[in-house]
Amino acid sequence: MAVLSFREALNQAMTEEMERDDRVFLMGEEVAQYDGAYKVSQGMLKHFGARRVIDTPISEEGFAGIGIGAAMVGLRPIIEFMTFSFSLVAIDQIVNNAANMRYMSGGQFSVPIVFRGSSGMAGSLAATHSHRLEAWYAQIPGLMVLMPATPADAKGLLKAAIRCDDPVVFIEHEVLYPDRGEVPEGEHLVPIGKAEIKRPGNDVTLITYSRSLKVTMAAAEKLAEEGVDAEVIDLRSIRPLDMDTLINSIVKTHRAVIVEEDWPYCGLGAGISDRITRTIFDELDAPILRVASKDAPIPYNKAMEQSMLPSVQRVVEAVNGVVYREV
Amino acid sequence: MAQTQTEAKPIVNRTQAQVWLRQMLLIRRFEERAEMLYQKGNKIGGFFHQYSGQEPVAVGSIGVLREDDYVITAYRDHGHALARGMSARAGMAELLGKVTGCSRGKGGSMHFFDAEKGFLGGHAIVGSHIALAAGVAFAMKYRGEDRVCICYFGDGAINQGSVHEAMNMAALWKLPVIYVVENNMYAMGTSLERSSAVVDLRLRGATAYGIPGFTINGNDIELMAKTTREAAARARAGEGPTFIEAQTYRYKGHSISDPGKYRHRDELDNAVKNDPIVVYENILKQRGWIDDAAIEKMRQDVKAEVEEAIEFAEQSEQPPLSDLYEDITVAPFIPQE
Ligand SMILES: Cc1ncc(C[n+]2csc(CCOP(=O)(O)OP(=O)(O)O)c2C)c(N)n1
Repeated sequence: MAVLSFREALNQAMTEEMERDDRVFLMGEEVAQYDGAYKVSQGMLKHFGARRVIDTPISEEGFAGIGIGAAMVGLRPIIEFMTFSFSLVAIDQIVNNAANMRYMSGGQFSVPIVFRGSSGMAGSLAATHSHRLEAWYAQIPGLMVLMPATPADAKGLLKAAIRCDDPVVFIEHEVLYPDRGEVPEGEHLVPIGKAEIKRPGNDVTLITYSRSLKVTMAAAEKLAEEGVDAEVIDLRSIRPLDMDTLINSIVKTHRAVIVEEDWPYCGLGAGISDRITRTIFDELDAPILRVASKDAPIPYNKAMEQSMLPSVQRVVEAVNGVVYREV
Repeated sequence: MAQTQTEAKPIVNRTQAQVWLRQMLLIRRFEERAEMLYQKGNKIGGFFHQYSGQEPVAVGSIGVLREDDYVITAYRDHGHALARGMSARAGMAELLGKVTGCSRGKGGSMHFFDAEKGFLGGHAIVGSHIALAAGVAFAMKYRGEDRVCICYFGDGAINQGSVHEAMNMAALWKLPVIYVVENNMYAMGTSLERSSAVVDLRLRGATAYGIPGFTINGNDIELMAKTTREAAARARAGEGPTFIEAQTYRYKGHSISDPGKYRHRDELDNAVKNDPIVVYENILKQRGWIDDAAIEKMRQDVKAEVEEAIEFAEQSEQPPLSDLYEDITVAPFIPQE
């Protein structure tokens, strides 16, 4: 298997899908001549030409809407947001138009579109450029929300997203772009709505996604050294959520910690924890704990910024809490 | 005041003109009866925005489009839908929230859709469908088709940011879209003078983005048709968008709950005196294309069609409550409750 970076895997996914289907095109700021702000679309303009790789003005709401209109009449746009923080400018289009269209037209118009781009905190960009908005989008019926953590999943999930007949919000963590890993060649599809057990274990279930997978895996290794055998689940799909995998795991371990990079209040973990509690309360031997970002805007200062994030230490502490381990 | 129909020679034939007159009568009757159902029977919910007074704008412009063109509009959408050939039945059933409605009871008055007729919807977020129109036009151009998308919106929508983003890209990429601003002088209670720094709306597209603009009397149905036909030809030839400011007047308040007190009495009286449907009837009579008896028969036909639609809507089933989870996604939908 080829070893690719996360960004190359995304590029390969888009390239393969555009080669097999002329209805697919890529549109966004700097995606063409500049090769993408984060170089995810490197070389694509050269390969596909300006008809299919389209630079736009700085008009997020406008080009999100253009993508939705094009999707309503049969194209399959990929709309890149330079960062997901800027998708807030387009949120009217994503929520009021993309997510609602099928429902409000009584099933007559669907919107096969992918909104993708970078997100998350990386290198002191401060509050405006570091938002994690997965909980916002995950709340909206009509949207799929995907967040891969590895290059292989990035490719397989993005290909699935492009073939999906519904609107997909596909969020890429900025710090993952250079990460390298084995990526299957050609037809590699990761189904939407399927989590993956990235590390099997018996004592506690750690639920996470995107960049936090790394922190969580590191925490699981540390816990293993200390004699606690953690199972790590990578959600990959934020909506729809793979409850079956979560339930099967917790029925085995009886304890769960959710590691998320969004804000704690009304965050993704709150919704997941609520569902688990209502579904299998009797299986739980401890309250579900959550390790999220701190409840503050993201600061510029490096040390302050780092303190925001879930860390190995915070995950280990939470696990100690649910296994009732004194250290 | 806007330019009016000056051409001595009619731009349509007799059959076409009669079809247009009938459509205008149908829209008027449909809305009058729907308003009664709203007021009396409590059968229609939500906001209900009437198109009365503006009929020539939709009928004249849609009337010169091809069947494979697309139409998209805002929430004041009954007129555009019926002009595009949506059945009165499907519209009335939607107003009553029935499963036989044009949006299966999920859209209501402001969200009429008819995929078969290329009617891409009524949209209730002011200004936000204008970008969708550019996207539809983008798809036409992408596939090398010579179809066009016509996009209606009110004078209030012109001040939304996304409208400017979309118009810039439509002009930049020469997309086949026709913008029709229905300037009925008010956005709810706010007059154009109180909301727009520049009230010559044509200039918005023309000076900022180089989009050819026309200010016309939208109540002159044949002028509306002629201007749209030229815009469509321009779009099909790859010359990009056109901006038509159709000056018109709405008889009713913004919605049923609005008595429209911000307007002068004589403003409304004057409009009603020059009712565009009656004006067109007289033009057709002068041309010898129709007589009083034929007009009366047309009115009776339209009445019967609307009554039949009401009957159909009332007899139709409510959507089953399980439909709540239908049509959310194409993929099987898993509620995240
Ligand atoms: C984004 C947004 N803001 C406000 C409203 C509330 N609203 C509905 S219609 C309307 C007036 C719009 O007037 P105009 O565009 O001129 O259309 P007209 O009613 O004249 O047809 C307003 C303010 C809305 N639906 N969407």
